Amino acid sequence: MSLFYAVLIDGVMYASWLFLVALGLTLVYGVLKVLNMAHGSLYALGAYAGVSFVTPWIAQGGNMYVAYLLLALGAVVAGSVVGFVLERGVLARFYSHDPVVLLLVTYALFLILEDAIKLVWGVDPYTVSEPYGFLGNVTLGGLSYPNYNFIIVGVAVIAGAGLTAFLCYTRSGRMLRAVIHDREVSQAMGIRVNKYFVTTFVVGSVLAALGGALTAPTISVAPGMGVEIVVLTFAVVVIGGLGSLPGAALGALMVGLVRALAVHCWPQGDLFAIYIVMALVLIFRPKGLFAPMEARKI
Amino acid sequence: MNSTVPSVSPATSGPLRFALPAAGALAIVVAGLALPQWQFLLSISLSKGIVALGLALLLRTGLASFGQALFYSVGAYTVGMASSFLHISDITLLLLVATVIPAVLAGVLGFLLSRYRDIFFAMLTLALSMIVYGLVLNNSDLGGSDGFNVGAASFGGSLVPAISKTTLFAVVFLSSVVSALLVHWYMGSKAGRLAPAIKDNEIRVEYLGSSARANIHLTYIIAGALAGLGGALTAFNVGHIDPDMAFWTTSGEFIFIAVLSGTGRAYAPFVGALLLEIARATASVYAPNTWQIVIGIIMLAIIAFLPGGLTSLKLPGRAPAGGTGSKA
Repeated sequence: MSLFYAVLIDGVMYASWLFLVALGLTLVYGVLKVLNMAHGSLYALGAYAGVSFVTPWIAQGGNMYVAYLLLALGAVVAGSVVGFVLERGVLARFYSHDPVVLLLVTYALFLILEDAIKLVWGVDPYTVSEPYGFLGNVTLGGLSYPNYNFIIVGVAVIAGAGLTAFLCYTRSGRMLRAVIHDREVSQAMGIRVNKYFVTTFVVGSVLAALGGALTAPTISVAPGMGVEIVVLTFAVVVIGGLGSLPGAALGALMVGLVRALAVHCWPQGDLFAIYIVMALVLIFRPKGLFAPMEARKI
Repeated sequence: MNSTVPSVSPATSGPLRFALPAAGALAIVVAGLALPQWQFLLSISLSKGIVALGLALLLRTGLASFGQALFYSVGAYTVGMASSFLHISDITLLLLVATVIPAVLAGVLGFLLSRYRDIFFAMLTLALSMIVYGLVLNNSDLGGSDGFNVGAASFGGSLVPAISKTTLFAVVFLSSVVSALLVHWYMGSKAGRLAPAIKDNEIRVEYLGSSARANIHLTYIIAGALAGLGGALTAFNVGHIDPDMAFWTTSGEFIFIAVLSGTGRAYAPFVGALLLEIARATASVYAPNTWQIVIGIIMLAIIAFLPGGLTSLKLPGRAPAGGTGSKA
């Protein structure tokens, strides 16, 4: 029974982290129809920016609660600036191309960002573990968990619920859904589609960066952290159906629980298990679990 | 299949049709024989060119595989396992096996993958290659994350027990030439010429009485075989294999080569691979941390300004080759 709870809690924590990062990816795909390979780099960028904001504050003995805000602020600043530049500067010039070509464009952006991060922050790892340890631990079902992990769960829930509420209950949200549904018709109806594209991409980038910044205290921030996460979040959004928010949530939970189960029962197979789940879902539901229906165009 | 190439073929006619690639091949041979220190770089470029050649065939049908590293690593691990566990060292036999096994694997996976298009094809190929990565990474019998060394190649075991670097270079060169010629022939064949049509409009191809799925399946098998061969040749040249050969960034590198080179001609991927490896060798000395920025910018520039790839930049008065780029 304790194994059950351990898998459940580990799985949900891992899933929240994945969901936070995958949320931006699926949102950007839903609106822009771009599967952003550079999403993992934005995640890494957020981690570096968060660390850079927090380290001097902690070094001079600043208040720890402010440190959490600074961590998030670093992510918001880095994500919005870089997201805006990438969308206006590069992606906007390629919207007329095929989806696969857009995928290659974001792959090129991924390569550029990976080295740009190394240029700015160097190749040595950074660690800021104070925010992680500060909140202490809690014992659940005989196992000890850092309280910090519940912050990530909370932020993921708030981000998901907030985005859903925005899409369903606000005027801009409804207009965004119109853009998702049919770009051309909504443009004809007077919606400024380009504005929504920029905003969505910036929000997606900030979510990725936030995921990175919140992860930063739990790991050592080093080059290559974006490479790992990007394929993981791909698995999440592809399982759920590209562009679907509930899909991303379900996909994150499935991947999180499968990985937790693998870690506890079959540690060598954690990566293997995740991609097996993805491949199985795609075999039976070729466009993911929550994919919208599409008319066949001749 | 017909061997005559009509004017609509991607390999456009003209006196220079074979002269340029032949001159390039000759230059590679001369460089490899005259400058032995270049043999490794040339061999690696050609091996990667073979992988990118298969990928170029897929790109011609409009499909980008982000998982060619799967077959590349299976080819390499086939060589490594056969030489370590079975003590087979004959290079011709090993290359044959390392081509056939990935081809069979691609044949099986192709039943599934030929149903997918666009991003879903890219993602599923990525997932499958990451499954192999996960398997190899955590398998201690295969050396885990360290990988293991590949023994020296031979001809017929005891006949020529350990072949020289120059002989290995010759084997790589011959494999590349044979691959390029076969792919050139395939691109001009009926099945090969269907590829750009499938990219343009698959449903029209079906209405005209050809199966797009069967064609994509066949292309995927060819690409898998070529990737396996490239991986096996790389394993012999490097003398070491590790799980990074199956990681998705390896697949990305092959995509880069194919996009950079263009998909219109069978020799194109070798040009791109050679340029990439020379650039990498230069960059590792002068700019180790900005190397990917350069690669990324080149890729963006190619997609934006030269969607047919470098080899579409040819003599004036020619029809553009079937490119990788937009329909716009």
